[in-house]
Amino acid sequence: MEFFERFAIPHPSPMIYASMVAIGLTVIAIIAGLTYFKKWGYLWREWLTTVDHKKIGIMYIISALLMLFRGGADAVMMRLQTSVPDNTFLDAQHYNEVFTTHGVVMIIFMAMAFIIGLMNFIVPLQIGARDVAFPRLNAISFWLYFAGAMLFNISFVIGGSPDAGWTNYYPLANNEFSPSVGVNYYNWALQISGIGTLITGINFIATILKMRAPGMKLMKMPMFTWTALITNLIIVFAFPVLTVAILMGTLDRQFATNFFTTTAGGSDMMWANLFWFWGHPEVYILILPAFGIYSEIIATFSQRNLYGYKSMVGSIVIISTLSFLVWVHHFFTMGQGALTNSIFSITTMAIAVPTGIKIFNWLLTMWKGKIRFTVPMLYSVGFIPLFTIGGVTGVMLAMASADYQYHNTMFLVAHFHNTIIPGVVFAMIAGLTYWWPKMFGFMLNEKIGKWGFWFMTIGFCFAFFPMYITGLDGQARRMYTYSEASGFGPLNMLSFFGAGLMAISFIIIVYNIYYSFRYSPRNVGDDPWNARSLEWATHNPVPEYNFAIAPQVKSSEAFWDYKKNGHQLFKGDIKDIHMPNNSGQPIIMAGLFFIFGFSFVFYIWAGVIISGIGILACLVYRSFEKDDGHHIHVQEIKETEEKFGGAKK
Amino acid sequence: MKLNNTQPLEYSTEQNKINIVGFWIFLGAEIMLFATLFTAYFVYENRTGTGPTGEEIFILGPILINTFLLLTSSFTIGLAIHAMRINRKKATLAFLGITLVLGAAFLGIEIYEFMTYYHEGATLQTSGFTSSLLLTLGTHGAHVTFGLFWGLAIIQQIIKRGITPQTANKTFIFSLYWHFLDVMWIFIYSFIYLKGMM
Ligand code: HEM
Ligand SMILES: [Cu+2]
Repeated sequence: MEFFERFAIPHPSPMIYASMVAIGLTVIAIIAGLTYFKKWGYLWREWLTTVDHKKIGIMYIISALLMLFRGGADAVMMRLQTSVPDNTFLDAQHYNEVFTTHGVVMIIFMAMAFIIGLMNFIVPLQIGARDVAFPRLNAISFWLYFAGAMLFNISFVIGGSPDAGWTNYYPLANNEFSPSVGVNYYNWALQISGIGTLITGINFIATILKMRAPGMKLMKMPMFTWTALITNLIIVFAFPVLTVAILMGTLDRQFATNFFTTTAGGSDMMWANLFWFWGHPEVYILILPAFGIYSEIIATFSQRNLYGYKSMVGSIVIISTLSFLVWVHHFFTMGQGALTNSIFSITTMAIAVPTGIKIFNWLLTMWKGKIRFTVPMLYSVGFIPLFTIGGVTGVMLAMASADYQYHNTMFLVAHFHNTIIPGVVFAMIAGLTYWWPKMFGFMLNEKIGKWGFWFMTIGFCFAFFPMYITGLDGQARRMYTYSEASGFGPLNMLSFFGAGLMAISFIIIVYNIYYSFRYSPRNVGDDPWNARSLEWATHNPVPEYNFAIAPQVKSSEAFWDYKKNGHQLFKGDIKDIHMPNNSGQPIIMAGLFFIFGFSFVFYIWAGVIISGIGILACLVYRSFEKDDGHHIHVQEIKETEEKFGGAKK
Repeated sequence: MKLNNTQPLEYSTEQNKINIVGFWIFLGAEIMLFATLFTAYFVYENRTGTGPTGEEIFILGPILINTFLLLTSSFTIGLAIHAMRINRKKATLAFLGITLVLGAAFLGIEIYEFMTYYHEGATLQTSGFTSSLLLTLGTHGAHVTFGLFWGLAIIQQIIKRGITPQTANKTFIFSLYWHFLDVMWIFIYSFIYLKGMM
């Protein structure tokens, strides 16, 4: 019995018990459903063991949508709690837990996963490759991410959620001030999914550098692929820093070391520095691929080529470098002194310049273009002014001396939501809508999609613009309540209203998926948007081998050349295609990682040792395994091409 | 014997080339990992609390021996790659074996060193300085340990399968890893030990 006591929740509430029941019922329902419809074999063969980048991409996106739901529920709870003064819907401890899990889930498990999911699906197609460089590792990346996400998400029903903020500052996050296992969960969930992300980074750099179609020079890559390349470079350079920081935090909490302590030579500022040295590049890991998505969409629906391709590439390269040189702006108030603050103030403001260049390039792409206001384009057009406001308030925050007023107020919260929602979230939905026919062979309903867009955009404005005002008036972030006399009440109520609209937009978007799945016509052809880049040169949905013949490329808009300028994409005859084999190892290994993390969270050393040995055994097995993949033969390819509507020329 | 330097076996297939590129990128990440550890160490270097300082605990003898061992092993693994390229299976195996033995000796001495630190009251928990010192050394040591097992697996595969494009590729990548650990050790030697003793 004593053994089980550690799993109890330190600070329970009826809502948590209700969630427990709900989770239990959902799991039972899923298991029963799979068994009843005899889908276990299908699930295992086609999805759980797959190494196909397209299916992995789709699994990322599904997981990200689930996480969006979880993070969104957190958000609505927070806005509800703060909608009126002196509210008692959540107490201080629960509020702490909710804003912590909201931040982590949204950044790490939602936005990252969504972006990486789109990258998985699109990048190999855009460069005319069969798959990524290391398909097996790609599956491992996904399952490690998934294991981390699950580990993080069970914290609130087993042992208690982390409650020190997504920034997890020490000494707040140490054992004294965060005594529950929550921060252990934070550490292990981020560590495990972080390893997955690092592997993704390596994988995609190798893919983009080595597997481009013949003729596709670096400067002839579609813009989304460019942003993916740079993003993955940032991943490879930023994530190891997080790895070390989290390792130090784990050692401090679980082995009583002195990294972030305030005695015995420890330094709590070390965490802040390491965290933000990863954390600032992290926000660019999210936004750069979003920029890539907008570039594709704006060019397609303005029916023009992207304006200023070279300056677009140049600016993302500059942004990626600068992103490593600004981290101190997250703690101007923590005593570095005027010189340091001034330097980081200037580097921070400098980022606005390449970002501004991109904004003008998008505007100039639309200038004199023949714009079609489809759903993806609406999101892109909405993005430009809203994101610009976020950038401008960023520059306001970048003024070190003024930041003493804004720092840790709702103004800051408004700033980063103003960049992340119109920046990243809009891009995710726009990209999903745009590439949906590529993934599933039918379109999402435009009319319902537009309703979703308007609810999202108006909801966003209502939810976050009031925070700029309350922030300037002094409302601190992360406070679970405020007094009537502060006068913050009405504007916070407005925020809650906006959050409600955004929740409705999420429901509309999900409903749209359901509706379109049932009613959308299936004969949309291979080029429903009149698009420009290479991913549209193959069938919809894409056959498992992507392209029957490797395409020949002359420019960043190979498909447009083919359509309008008589460029011949596919020369030569169909040959046998070599494909990687499916494998159950990635999911098994990730399962072991999950057990490893879980055991570590609760100091169950037997579990740590057994799963640790299991992980090593998987590595050894993999090293000795002989897996040369398999071939799809010409005959089979020809039949498949016929089935998908005839071979491409 | 004439070597075909334009296309060594480890680069001979498309996948082999990609593997090597991928591993270089991985080493980039490893550089960041160690760079972070070093940076942190420089901050903690003088934050010794009530615990001992570097000057008090570092002993040159074992460190010199370890430097010698690891540098030699870097040389022997170079010889192993050379032997592999001229298709001498036995020599390849022998040099790989010597490399691993040197690595194991290195580890033995490092463990001995950690025990002395422990007896002198410099444990993982003592101060910011010792925490950071032992984490940095420990990360390097853990990499060497992992390398030993990895090397054993590769030896086993060369014995069983001979020198094929696959095993050559693995051996070559392993040699990159091993050289990398050696370079990291040079940094540790110069910027942790020598600097600390000065
Ligand atoms: C022109 C571009 C930008 C500038 C000048 C800028 C500047 C800043 C500054 C100075 C802060 C710290 C303020 C404080 O703590 O008092 C900050 C916080 C933040 N920014 Fe930005 N930013 C920019 C763009 C972005 C983008 C594109 C994103 C995300 C996609 C982003 C996400 C964030 C986040 C997540 C935080 C703080 C999170 C926290 O403390 O919890 N920013 N920004
Ligand atoms: Cu920042």
